[in-house]
Amino acid sequence: MEIFGVSSQALLSQLMLGLVNGSFYAMLSLGLAVIFGLLNVINFAHGALYMLGAFCAWLGLTYFGLNYWEMLVLAPLIVALFGIVIERTMLRWLYKLDHLYGLLLTFGITLMIEGVFRSIYGVSGQPYSVPDALAGATDLGFMILPNYRAWVVLASLTACFTTWFVIEKTKLGAYLRAGTENPKLVEAFGINVPLMVTLTYGFGVGLAGLAGVLAAPVIQVSPLMGSNLIIVVFAVVVIGGMGSIMGSIVTGLGLGVIEGLTRVFYPQASATVVFIVMAIVLLIRPAGLFGKEK
Amino acid sequence: MNKKICYGIFLLALLVAPFVMYPVLLMKLLCFALFACAFNLLLGFTGLLSFGHAAFFGGAAYVTGYAIQTLGLPFEVSIMLGTATAALVGLLMGLLAVRRQGIYFTMITLALAQMFYFVCVQVPQTGGEDGLQGVARGKLLGLLDLSNDFTMYYVVLAIAIGGFALIVRTIHSPFGQVLKAIKENEPRAISLGYDVDKYKLLAFVLSAALAGLAGSTKTTALGLASLTDVEWTMSGLVVLMTLVGGLGTVIGPIVGAVLVIGLENRLSDIGEWLANVTTIEWFRTLGDSASIVIGFIFVVCVLLFRRGIVGEALAFFAKSANRKPA
Amino acid sequence: MKRNNKIISLALAGIFGVATCGLAHAQISGDVVKIGFLTDMSGVYSDIDGQGGAEAIKMAIADFGGTVNGKKIELVTADHQNKADNAASHAREWFDQQGVDVLIGGTNSGANLSMAKVAVEKKRPFISIGAGSARLTNEECSPYTVHYAYDTTALAKVTGSTVVKQGGKSWFFLTADYAFGASLESDTTRVVKADGGTVLGDVKHPLGASDFSSFLLQAQASKAQILGLANAGGDTINSIKAANEFGITKTMKLAGLLMFINDVHALTLNLTHGMYLTDSWYWDKNDETRKWGRRYFEKMKKMPSSLQAADYSAVTQYLNAVKATGTDNPEKIMDYLKKAKLNDMYVKNGYVRADGSMVHDMYLMQVKQQADSKYPWDYYTVVQTVPGEQAFTTKEETKCALWK
Repeated sequence: MEIFGVSSQALLSQLMLGLVNGSFYAMLSLGLAVIFGLLNVINFAHGALYMLGAFCAWLGLTYFGLNYWEMLVLAPLIVALFGIVIERTMLRWLYKLDHLYGLLLTFGITLMIEGVFRSIYGVSGQPYSVPDALAGATDLGFMILPNYRAWVVLASLTACFTTWFVIEKTKLGAYLRAGTENPKLVEAFGINVPLMVTLTYGFGVGLAGLAGVLAAPVIQVSPLMGSNLIIVVFAVVVIGGMGSIMGSIVTGLGLGVIEGLTRVFYPQASATVVFIVMAIVLLIRPAGLFGKEK
Repeated sequence: MNKKICYGIFLLALLVAPFVMYPVLLMKLLCFALFACAFNLLLGFTGLLSFGHAAFFGGAAYVTGYAIQTLGLPFEVSIMLGTATAALVGLLMGLLAVRRQGIYFTMITLALAQMFYFVCVQVPQTGGEDGLQGVARGKLLGLLDLSNDFTMYYVVLAIAIGGFALIVRTIHSPFGQVLKAIKENEPRAISLGYDVDKYKLLAFVLSAALAGLAGSTKTTALGLASLTDVEWTMSGLVVLMTLVGGLGTVIGPIVGAVLVIGLENRLSDIGEWLANVTTIEWFRTLGDSASIVIGFIFVVCVLLFRRGIVGEALAFFAKSANRKPA
Repeated sequence: MKRNNKIISLALAGIFGVATCGLAHAQISGDVVKIGFLTDMSGVYSDIDGQGGAEAIKMAIADFGGTVNGKKIELVTADHQNKADNAASHAREWFDQQGVDVLIGGTNSGANLSMAKVAVEKKRPFISIGAGSARLTNEECSPYTVHYAYDTTALAKVTGSTVVKQGGKSWFFLTADYAFGASLESDTTRVVKADGGTVLGDVKHPLGASDFSSFLLQAQASKAQILGLANAGGDTINSIKAANEFGITKTMKLAGLLMFINDVHALTLNLTHGMYLTDSWYWDKNDETRKWGRRYFEKMKKMPSSLQAADYSAVTQYLNAVKATGTDNPEKIMDYLKKAKLNDMYVKNGYVRADGSMVHDMYLMQVKQQADSKYPWDYYTVVQTVPGEQAFTTKEETKCALWK
């Protein structure tokens, strides 16, 4: 069966892959949105921390014999801890200053983290095998889908919607949102805002670490895996509306799918399509699709 | 009066430099110094952080390379073409970016520059991963043969000084004053009746054009243009140079550029020296880890030396001047 | 205030001066024979050449005695990170400032092409080992370039035609998007068509891509019989792994147009058995190669690839040339190399042609089944020996102006 001159097999298979990519975009941009929403900091280090999560999984397996499932829990915690240390020792001095300094600091941290891993491991990836429970593939008829990729979509959707639920629908989330709007007032109510900020940063980067572990069996665990991805994620956040939780989830998934479609019809543009969409959105709705004018 | 004397000493040093140092390295330093100064015009004096300046630098580099190699255009025309292209790209980018403030502006410039990068990867004229190599220098105005490194150096020096002089002139002009006003307090500038967006756009285009000039000159000096010139890491590098040297100072970016490029170049030697002095073997591998050192300097500067080397020096001397009896 | 301006400016001039003095060097004297080796030490090609290649060269220098004609032999190495501009600037600085006498080019065709241009400009010998692109001996041929180990023409003619003759008539290419991939794809396309096959399309991937799934699905959609992998090193390994994961191998056969023993080792025989490949050397071919291979294994704990063996051989032959001519004058060396017969553990009766190709036998090999492999690194059966005159570009086909 042909749609627009392209076989439905090709179309559906690329859409499926697009959904998988979109899941990563959604998780990473969610973490960024959460951090930006509360701290007003663009966490450039998000990509490097995603890479850190993947490397934790690999190191855990290689040196400590910890399997994938254990690292799925452990790696995000390690990355979150690392993030908390960064926030406490460095980021917090910059809150009083122009927000750009936060960006610059996290950029410098990115260079350092990536540089350290690159000098030890080079740039080609370390192989990481799919856990046995998720190995194998299912014949979907239009393509053979490795089971692991289906799991990725499931896991990230779960993580994303749990986060959204917590922030938008629970009391903890209400405190967070209030703290963003007016930290002094919330503090006056007896809530420890600095602690909340620290934990939020830890949570945001923990999400990145989780994405890293999920990514490890799919792409190579390489020191450059974060920097290849981070700019696209920034574009996703800009399109979705910086600080909007639902915006980043929907946009992330949507853009993954759009990228997949582009690969079918016009492969040469697949790398630029995200930025083209961003340019169009900025012309029509400068605050992003789900954002509010600040 | 004294400023002029010091500029004079500098100039003398620059004129003599190719006899003591490798001229090609000097040319690279000059190009990047110009690039950093152009960037500083936007960041230090207008308060706009663009994370996409590599698009102007690299874009002009490619256009110049292509003009010389494939179109067979002479040296001066190719450089002007490159600079004009950078200005055009700057205009298009600026129109989209200038509508937003602060962080949003930065993100947009970053994303647009990345789009430009991917376009460069695809377009066959850029040579893709291979880039443009062996770009000939040709003759200046059809008369002066530039294949001699020494001759080329003086031409590059002239271009760099020209660009630098233009920047200084702009900063001290009424236009530059308005830019400073916008940086200090944009709402106040608007309330005074200035069309802030137009000024910002003009500053953006000017900065882009001069960054393009630096890129074009680099292509002719080093004979290559490649994807490294349009990558976002190049944008990050110029931010670092400006930050380390001193935002909002005139010569800060020059100092920053010399330091950063010099560091990249000599890192393996510094590593060897450190290894020998401290007997810590890891230092020997420092040469491969330019980004760790650069990242570290970045972090230190953002946390502690926000005014950069020149900025801190000026502040220090100003303080000691205040303490002296009048 | 005026006085402080002066102090500030002088102080800054001082800092500036000190900083830049650190960048000055003295010229190295010409009393040393300096070999420069530029390759990918940390990226997708670091395994097949990289640090191992540097070790092989050190072995060559040690075997030669460390000196030639009374001058000490020195080696400088650098990592070009698969970037052509890095390679060109290192090469330029080495020739200008460090007095390097001969440049050995490791992997990456783009980098080698730019190194060749610099070597021609500076009129020094350049021996390209790891690059595949046949452009080095066609469009970009020069009196100073020697293309030593293999090129894309040989790979296409030997592997390409074998696969077509075995029944693989329709092809689809997965190509690394730079000079090498393009060369390999166009050379193989020519051979496939000449042998009566068809090419249904291609898809280009960035060098060092992390995820091949979408490219492979595009390949599968073409319904071609053969998936030609016009890439190398880490890219080939990842393509083959992903092809297995997505069941592409159920409907298409994989043709690894450039494969090295390190790739087979990483993928294991289970994923690669039956594949044909063309190579210039195999460690287990005869006693001489086995002896050298084992020496290398002692140092590096893995068996050498043909590139690492070629590094050893090229440096040995260069030093032979220096010894025989009594000088390191580039023109005399190049002249000698083009007249001499080259013999060592890597090459038998090889010679350097007017277009710069080092003509020698190429071997068509097939990867063994797991059951047939008796000891570690026992991976290949040699199917056929193809003489250099047949494998490399012929006089009728050449685009090199120096060989007409």
